[in-house]
Amino acid sequence: MAELAEKTGTAAAAPQEAAAGTTAVKTVELTKRFGKTVALAGLTMTVPRGEVFGFLGPNGAGKTTAVKLLLGLLSPTAGQGWLLGRPLGDLAARRRIGYLPELFRYQYWLSASEVLALHCELAPLPRSSWKDEIRTVLETVGLKDRAHDKVGTFSKGMQQRLGLGAALLGEPELVFLDEPTSALDPIGRHDVREIIRGLASRGTAVFLNSHLLSEVEQVCDRVAVVDHGRVIASGTMDDLLSGTAVRVRVTGLSQADKNTLAEFGSIDDEDENLTFTNLAADRVPELVSAIVSMGGRVYEVAPRHQTLEDRFLQLLEEEEK
Amino acid sequence: MPPVLVIARLTIQESSRRRLLLALLVLTLLVVGFSAWGFNKITTINQSDGTPLPPEQVAFITSQLLIVVTFMFSGVLALSAAVVAGPLISGEVESGLLLSMLARPVRRSEVVIGKWLGLGALVALYAAVAGGAELGAVYWATGYMPPHPVQLLTYVGAEGLILLSLGLLLSTRLSGITAGVIALVAWLVAWIAGVVGDIGAGLQNNALEQVGVVSHLVLPSDGLWRGAIFAMEPDTFIAALKALGTAGRANPFAATDPPPLSFLAWVVVWFAIALGLSVLSFRRREI
Repeated sequence: MAELAEKTGTAAAAPQEAAAGTTAVKTVELTKRFGKTVALAGLTMTVPRGEVFGFLGPNGAGKTTAVKLLLGLLSPTAGQGWLLGRPLGDLAARRRIGYLPELFRYQYWLSASEVLALHCELAPLPRSSWKDEIRTVLETVGLKDRAHDKVGTFSKGMQQRLGLGAALLGEPELVFLDEPTSALDPIGRHDVREIIRGLASRGTAVFLNSHLLSEVEQVCDRVAVVDHGRVIASGTMDDLLSGTAVRVRVTGLSQADKNTLAEFGSIDDEDENLTFTNLAADRVPELVSAIVSMGGRVYEVAPRHQTLEDRFLQLLEEEEK
Repeated sequence: MPPVLVIARLTIQESSRRRLLLALLVLTLLVVGFSAWGFNKITTINQSDGTPLPPEQVAFITSQLLIVVTFMFSGVLALSAAVVAGPLISGEVESGLLLSMLARPVRRSEVVIGKWLGLGALVALYAAVAGGAELGAVYWATGYMPPHPVQLLTYVGAEGLILLSLGLLLSTRLSGITAGVIALVAWLVAWIAGVVGDIGAGLQNNALEQVGVVSHLVLPSDGLWRGAIFAMEPDTFIAALKALGTAGRANPFAATDPPPLSFLAWVVVWFAIALGLSVLSFRRREI
């Protein structure tokens, strides 16, 4: 196994490294295997500075592995990567990075403000700025009133808020958020979306690992969908969600009829509701006509834009085939 | 403050906040109190003719009893060091506590050395304070002070540091409970191997004697314990042991010679190797 990198940034410049200087995250064929299991298979991607990037995938797809590789917590089996123009594992780059792990855990015997002070010290931030930094992030994550309470008395949601606060210390240029709302209630999730928008507005790049697609859809500029360690699609929201979906509430169709209707697009069959994804709007009358000609009784036709969830499920379905 | 000292401070703070120091303090006070009472009873023993024991006999009995009490004390220190060091790294890896800290500009070597320094300072402090209190109590109760009290406390403290270093090394790869148990078993095996070596010396059996030599090299805890014993023995007792020849060496609670300088130099090298291996192992660990 290769020794985990802790570099000081003196590696010889390479063309790709030079290109990486303008990006928040850049990877080339980044690969990680655990024995025979391929956790990440040749990840190549670029996240520009200031962008909110969503990294999506089902459980076990390789999302957290990718983040840990980027942060130097795991060593790559193959491939290269750069954060803020510096090679993976570079200590200087880590001064400008914030990270909320999926497995968030902080010293339960310290108070919230002591945990944040510890991270200020390790970051390291000038001691004169700690007080303001800590007050600001505690306000941002809604823990102002619990600043002096021990972390051991916090709920999981509050600990996740604290972890988010630690990731925001020192106005980092790049923030990794690994499932940042997994322990939060709807209010907390809304708060996190606002925090991400705030980060984006001040030019901070955000690498958002999530399988909560509605959240990603609301805040991300671009996304990559990963499954079984491979990126199966990536692009802007507009790129990914180009098609429309049509939901038809219909009765009286046999399974054979439904199979025939598959020519109109991928069908999601839920009782009386058939959802056709990737169906162009001008083919909707043709679809209804076909259903009626089969003897189907149509109660409702509801065209709608494809959601990220529709697209995500479609991509995974295609991948399975 | 450099990260290595931040981690060291955090380790000490954790021991304090989690009441480990308080528990050790209370237990130590109880043990010192009881042993002072027990040692005081030696001075009240009368001979068959009703007269008190002469001072040299009180000193001899006290020195032997002190060796047994110190054996227990060094055992508690070694056990505590092993149990606390076992989960020092692995516990924080498994819980995820280290994830956010290692994403900061902190070297893994700084985490390992910082934790060693923090816990090492506590072990050394505990050895000095608790051992000093015990010696003070014995002196108060019997008027006896071992010939080399500073060396005694140094050897006992170093024995604790050996177990701490072994536990920390194992903790970079194994779970806390496994690392702690292995360190403890290794300490016991090293002690027994030392006893076997003593018996070998007594019987003039070279093979058995080598068992002790090798064990002192692999894990120097027993060698340091022998140094602590020597520091507690009155000169007259050492002279009596030497008069017995090789048979005088076949006693796990006696030592006829201080640890050779070459052994003490090896202990320093051993610490460097153990810490170096811990850093190397943790740097290669995937989290």
